[in-house]
Amino acid sequence: MTTPDSMALGNDARDMALTDSASNRRNVLDLDDFSAEEIFSVLDDTGAMVEVLGRDIKKVPTLRGRVVVTMFYESSTRTRISFEEAGKVLSADVINMSSSGSSVDKGESLLNTGLTLQAMGVDVVVVRHPHAGAPYLLARHLPKVSVINAGDGLHAHPTQALLDMYTMREKLGSLSGARVVIVGDVLHSRVARSNLWGLTKVGAQVILSGPTTLMPLDLLGGRGELEEDHPFAQVDVDTDLDRAIQGADVVMALRLQSERQHSGFLPSLREYIRRWQVTEERLGKANPGALVMHPGPMNEGVEISTSLAHGDSSVIEAQVTNGVAVRMALLYRLCAGQGNRIGDDP
Amino acid sequence: MAVNSNGKPERQIMDAQEIQRSLSRIAHEILERNRGVGSLVLVGIHTRGVILSQRLAENIRRFEGSQPPLAELDINLYRDDLQARENPRVRPTKFPVDVRGKRVVLVDDVLFTGRTIRAALDALSDLGRPRQVQLAILVDRGHRELPIRADYVGKNVPTSLDEEVKVRLTETDQYEDVIIVKLGREVK
Repeated sequence: MTTPDSMALGNDARDMALTDSASNRRNVLDLDDFSAEEIFSVLDDTGAMVEVLGRDIKKVPTLRGRVVVTMFYESSTRTRISFEEAGKVLSADVINMSSSGSSVDKGESLLNTGLTLQAMGVDVVVVRHPHAGAPYLLARHLPKVSVINAGDGLHAHPTQALLDMYTMREKLGSLSGARVVIVGDVLHSRVARSNLWGLTKVGAQVILSGPTTLMPLDLLGGRGELEEDHPFAQVDVDTDLDRAIQGADVVMALRLQSERQHSGFLPSLREYIRRWQVTEERLGKANPGALVMHPGPMNEGVEISTSLAHGDSSVIEAQVTNGVAVRMALLYRLCAGQGNRIGDDP
Repeated sequence: MAVNSNGKPERQIMDAQEIQRSLSRIAHEILERNRGVGSLVLVGIHTRGVILSQRLAENIRRFEGSQPPLAELDINLYRDDLQARENPRVRPTKFPVDVRGKRVVLVDDVLFTGRTIRAALDALSDLGRPRQVQLAILVDRGHRELPIRADYVGKNVPTSLDEEVKVRLTETDQYEDVIIVKLGREVK
């Protein structure tokens, strides 16, 4: 395929690239196009991958000869390394590309970089980008490559949501009916957005808490304007964390970025800590055995108290471990059946 | 020959009693050849091999008074045809015993091309170095594509490539029997 042709892909080809039926998924862009059944099947496969990670020799041959490129246009430690480890455990060749030191420095567009990778025969591109929608652009124009969204702007971070759900299911036994409180800067959190899709699909009850200025009221239909059958219609917002946390099975604290304070979203850091920090005292109002989660990186002493972050209720380390297994399950799934795809050369 | 619900002709080649007799005989043969339960481990290959391994272990317990440890192996991460497969699923490998130095009996329902067993041998060697690996199979239908043979066979059944052998067990299927289904498709 030549470059100009792929730019002018017809509608049919474009739809094909983006139509992810559960039967033959090509891309993981967000969880909105996952069914509950597909989410559960990914979580089940993740359990099998956890077993592989527990072995003395953490290596299975299944993705031998597959090439995975991680393209990170934003800094990241755990997500990038997690994908790299996931690919390597499955015997794929993993190549890491960061925007600095690559042709991106010379002004190459995202799409041209993607086309270059496709021309090199790369099988999976894992992309993180500061702009929402960047992975969708790649998915639309790279018919021979599977795209995984590793975080796009404020929009979505589906692999994080899947690892969060795996961790909850592992510890709680079931997701259905679980009361999950997400606390903090939900407005600017792609992790929260993907979790909203995933958790509502599997029947968990989601409550968002934090300062009103940081609640995504537009996403929730400005309170009450959503269609009744929209999955988010069941999501509650309660700015009073002490009330929201009552009876919670999971309390997920989100990272509070310091710049939010300076741009008028917060009255003061001290007030935020006083009203919304997840602390041992507040956790006492949750259900016994409630889990404390955080997608990282943490600001200990801001959105979560240090003792809680490293305490018995914390499953933050388990989240990191499970992150590798979830990404293994997704890489495995995307690489299967590639030989049968439309758009591939015979 | 009867016709099944999909309109494909099928015939039964083993009934419940024959399956039970075969497993009972194989259990005896395993004990005879390995001189008791000693360092045996029965390793079932998902899904029906796991069930058959449990039944073999139960037989051995009845004959011998003690039963060998059981393990479950999933070979999906060791297959050589991932790119041709739609929606592959991975099930957990459960290996509660150290495989090193053990006499491992792999258990599966049907032996066909031998590729599953090849994958199982690779999977096993990633877990350690067993002293010996043997293979127990309920139905050997021929058409090997690799130099692999079974040590214990319930029944040898000559088949054509246009047929599918289905082992149906009460734990996973409605029935308890082995049937051959004529697929009626072009054979390459």
